[in-house]
Amino acid sequence: MYVPVKGGEQAIDNAARLLAESRRGDPAVPELTLAQIEGQLAHAVDRVMAEGSLYDRKLAALAIKQARGDLVEAIFLLRAYRTTLLRFGASEPLDTRRMAIRRRISATFKDLPGGQVLGASFDYTHRLLDFSLAETGGPCPAAAKASQALPSDMPSIADILEREGLIEREPAESGGAVADLTREPLRFPAARPVRLQALARADEGFLLGLGYSTQRGYGNNHPFAGEIRHGMVTVEFVPEELGFAVALGEVELTECQMVNQFKGSAAQPPHFTRGYGVAFGHAERKAMAMALVDRSLRAAELGEEVTAPAQDPEFVLYHGDNVEASGFVQHLKLPHYVDFQAELVTVRDLRREFNERAAGRREAAE
Amino acid sequence: MPNRSKVPTPPAAAPGPGREAAGDARQEWLGVLARARNADLQMLWRDLPDKPSWTRLRGPESGLIMLRGRLGGDGRPFNLGEMSVTRCSVRLGCGRVGHGYVGRQDAWQAEVAAVLDGLLQEAASHQAAVAGIIGPLRRIEQDRRERASRQAAATRAEFFTVARGEA
Repeated sequence: MYVPVKGGEQAIDNAARLLAESRRGDPAVPELTLAQIEGQLAHAVDRVMAEGSLYDRKLAALAIKQARGDLVEAIFLLRAYRTTLLRFGASEPLDTRRMAIRRRISATFKDLPGGQVLGASFDYTHRLLDFSLAETGGPCPAAAKASQALPSDMPSIADILEREGLIEREPAESGGAVADLTREPLRFPAARPVRLQALARADEGFLLGLGYSTQRGYGNNHPFAGEIRHGMVTVEFVPEELGFAVALGEVELTECQMVNQFKGSAAQPPHFTRGYGVAFGHAERKAMAMALVDRSLRAAELGEEVTAPAQDPEFVLYHGDNVEASGFVQHLKLPHYVDFQAELVTVRDLRREFNERAAGRREAAE
Repeated sequence: MPNRSKVPTPPAAAPGPGREAAGDARQEWLGVLARARNADLQMLWRDLPDKPSWTRLRGPESGLIMLRGRLGGDGRPFNLGEMSVTRCSVRLGCGRVGHGYVGRQDAWQAEVAAVLDGLLQEAASHQAAVAGIIGPLRRIEQDRRERASRQAAATRAEFFTVARGEA
């Protein structure tokens, strides 16, 4: 039972003022601008948008500044803010096939149509600290430009394997309502669209650990990174007053298609199955981990033995949301004075009884 | 709204003088206005002569749309997460109604986009708005896309598999 407490107003006020001053840091150092956060801490902004489940770079930058760089706190701020806004509707499904590509690689085909486009990536760096970045104002080398733009048509790895019928096809559009976790509570069994919505907003670290666990043998699903693509995708929306689709802008997305072995069944010949990950911004670790976990959560539907945490939808979907998890873990900081008094009384009583029994045994032995 | 026809229909409250704008063209200019950077539109708007008078019918107001993805990129739709949107509807002095949308919180741009949507639907102001605003925005956007794509293209790698045991 939780019993509320009163008082401490002045202390709480002063704590808020202390927080504000601590956030600002040394006044001799220039204050951070949102444009700096948005432009130079882009991956932090991406993560806050993805797990805050709200694509808005400026609001994410503001949340990061307010949270002093605590990204889970910033995600909480963004989630809380979105509840104050009206929803105008839902977009047309994003067409990632028509993504304006900034990076696209495949670990399964070296010569895939459109080529291996490395883009801006940490992957080929040596991970040595670059002390030149400790100084500001130095020259920034301009990125190289090819004479030709990339081809507009970059087929997905699934298209390529589909031509030979070697990979499962996604079922055609059902046309029904699309379940929405922000409107209806999570129920089990959770269909794949609900699972993907939950995974898209789930904590990256949690998904990374689970994805890693599948690779280490806890529900192994033999993955290959069939394709990872990152770039800009047009958002189309049909406003009621217009009745036709209007482009509202572009969102930056990262998409991962994992390709997995499937032995087949009595009804189906051996083929490849797919795990899918997609995240706001440039977030390959998140998209890859999500694709691994998406595939492992399909174990039951594909007739595979369910033995590992990453294959258990209740375990994964109930524990992946860092706003919920952080709230429940951190609620332990709230005053539990009365609760604990009750526990103290109980433990003291039990100890007294224990000591009396021990004394009784000693007397009997003497 | 699944299975909505993408065939353009005229706005419900848009009688008024002048021809009804062709649907595809309107779809395109609304997209150009939504994708424009605020600073680019500010500069072009400032230089646009003969700005009309207008009244606000709705907004500008910020809200959300739910972005939908597809399972595997090509299957059934699912809800990926929301996005900030600002919308505005205006009636120009001539009676024409314009709608503006922008995919972020930006009241100024949504309102100016709505005014420009009205101007672009009017035969009398269409050419000037295309020449002064839509044309330049289209070129800026094209240049930006081209630059990003050519930068990505410069990182295209040719990988060779190396047979093991060979010199």
